[in-house]
Amino acid sequence: MDRRKFFRLLGAGSLFGLLKARAQTPPWDEETFAPTKTLGAPLSEYGSRSPFEEGVVRYISPNLRTRHSGADFAPLERLEGVITPNGLHFERHHAGVPQVDPKSYRLVIHGMVERPLVFTLEDLKRFPSVTRTYFIECAGNGQNGYREPPDPNLTATRSRGLASNASWTGVPLALLLKEAGVKPGARWLIPEGMDAAMYTRSLPLEKAMEDVLVAYAQNGEALRPEQGYPVRLVVPGWEGSIQVKWLRRILVTDQPAMAKDETSEYTDVMADGKVLAFTWVMEPQSIVTYPSGGQVIKPGFHEIRGLAWSGFGRITKVEISLDEGRTWRQATLEAPVERYAFVRFKMPWQWRGEEVVLWSRAWDEKGNTQLTREEFFRRWGKNNRYHYNAIQAWRILPDGRVVNGDRPLGVRAVGPVGGCDGEVFDG
Amino acid sequence: MAKKVFFVVALLGLALGARYGLGTPISEELAAQYDLRPVVLPDGRGLPPGEGKVAEGERIYAEKCASCHGARGEGYPFNRLVAEPFPITPDTEPVEYAIGNYWPYATTLYDYIRRAMPFGAPGTLTDEEVYHLVAFLLYMNGIIEADEPINQKTLPQVRMPARELLDVDPETKRRFPWLTLP
Repeated sequence: MDRRKFFRLLGAGSLFGLLKARAQTPPWDEETFAPTKTLGAPLSEYGSRSPFEEGVVRYISPNLRTRHSGADFAPLERLEGVITPNGLHFERHHAGVPQVDPKSYRLVIHGMVERPLVFTLEDLKRFPSVTRTYFIECAGNGQNGYREPPDPNLTATRSRGLASNASWTGVPLALLLKEAGVKPGARWLIPEGMDAAMYTRSLPLEKAMEDVLVAYAQNGEALRPEQGYPVRLVVPGWEGSIQVKWLRRILVTDQPAMAKDETSEYTDVMADGKVLAFTWVMEPQSIVTYPSGGQVIKPGFHEIRGLAWSGFGRITKVEISLDEGRTWRQATLEAPVERYAFVRFKMPWQWRGEEVVLWSRAWDEKGNTQLTREEFFRRWGKNNRYHYNAIQAWRILPDGRVVNGDRPLGVRAVGPVGGCDGEVFDG
Repeated sequence: MAKKVFFVVALLGLALGARYGLGTPISEELAAQYDLRPVVLPDGRGLPPGEGKVAEGERIYAEKCASCHGARGEGYPFNRLVAEPFPITPDTEPVEYAIGNYWPYATTLYDYIRRAMPFGAPGTLTDEEVYHLVAFLLYMNGIIEADEPINQKTLPQVRMPARELLDVDPETKRRFPWLTLP
């Protein structure tokens, strides 16, 4: 390479410009490299994050009419890796967070069993334990995608932040059922919470025998109250609303309850007018968290980053398109890639300041993938409230601002829909 | 088929398998004491004795429900309970999903009101009061006549218009071929 070509290349890159800019303002101030001259904070019994990080919080919609029933969102674009810190795990409850004293806690299993049993928390912890990393996702995650026209100010948090990922420890529900002895003819479990709504759902016995956990720990410590302290169900890959928190009772029976939260809510209105019940499995999702809505980027190198997961099992690949689906490139998945858990995907990228629309779509081991908005609404009703997993587009404007890149579908306007995404209200 | 065999084996395992001897056995009577607001199943199991009357329900509704759900169930600040059309269509907006046009089972009304309502004061209604409210709400939604009594026997028989729309999710049907809706 001749020297002139080398300098031309250097000039074209951002490095030269960067050096020029740095010559004008010093790259650091006096304090940057100064060690502290006083003693730091002493030992503390329970650590807390840096005060400079206190702005990283869950998003609570200002439109909620009550904060005792509704949901808040994990701040996805401000988190790294795949584990959601306990204080930032999304919340969804129906009548506030009960304060439960573990000493008086009891779990009753009764109904079609040989031996109705009552367990203390200590009993549950004495059983053989299992620790697994699983995502939990609200059935209403993605609900802002139903808005028409799309909300230009959407962020990754408000797009897909009703999902979180944690390491859960507990006892397999199968062991407790074995202890009680399920009678022939039983098909269903009706788990019940001890919140003020005494929340109930119907869960098929087969799933309980497969992989359901009666969990008492989250990322190594006791469950947070808003995650069901002291005990909750974790139902891998299935919608969050069936993973009953503050678990107090399991009725073993032969019929589903058709409870309010599996009929009037958490049922899906399809484009053909049918309403689907028991839409339990969460379809594949992916969301680019960087760059994403509300962020501002500079020309030059960026690592496109995002999260993907599927209730059908492992994520096999995540593809990224920079031209609204005409061509796709495969992102790298960061190991370990586990079943029913978040996986981090990444792709190196140079941005030269052109307007560009970023798409991502996840594929799972069963061959499922995400649809475009247009395709999605051919199957699911435009007034549905749940299970929105269409591709989220981010548009990067020439000035570096990132906005919602979803295109309007040209149908009549649809406002915020309520339900568990709770941007309006919820019942 | 393999799944079916696995399920049968798993059930056998449940009956015969090794146990850890943890947990305290209780009688069904003691379990019933713990069962504060029993689950009501669509076939009527779990419904208590008693009977609801529309006029009584109207009085209780005005006192305990109207401030959240509107004087005639029209909603605001919380969920709408009465709305047209019966049942919903794909064009009906979600705020219009109410009891008469969206709820597929009448028994759910009893279960949910006894379990969770009034919001912030659950468990304060008597079984009889819940029956009255169920009768009133079914009447307001045009499902029953004003003089139709609502009780253990009649409530599971009430056919909701939205039941016609309800189907099992195809993926769920694939995984659990035995599963049918009540």
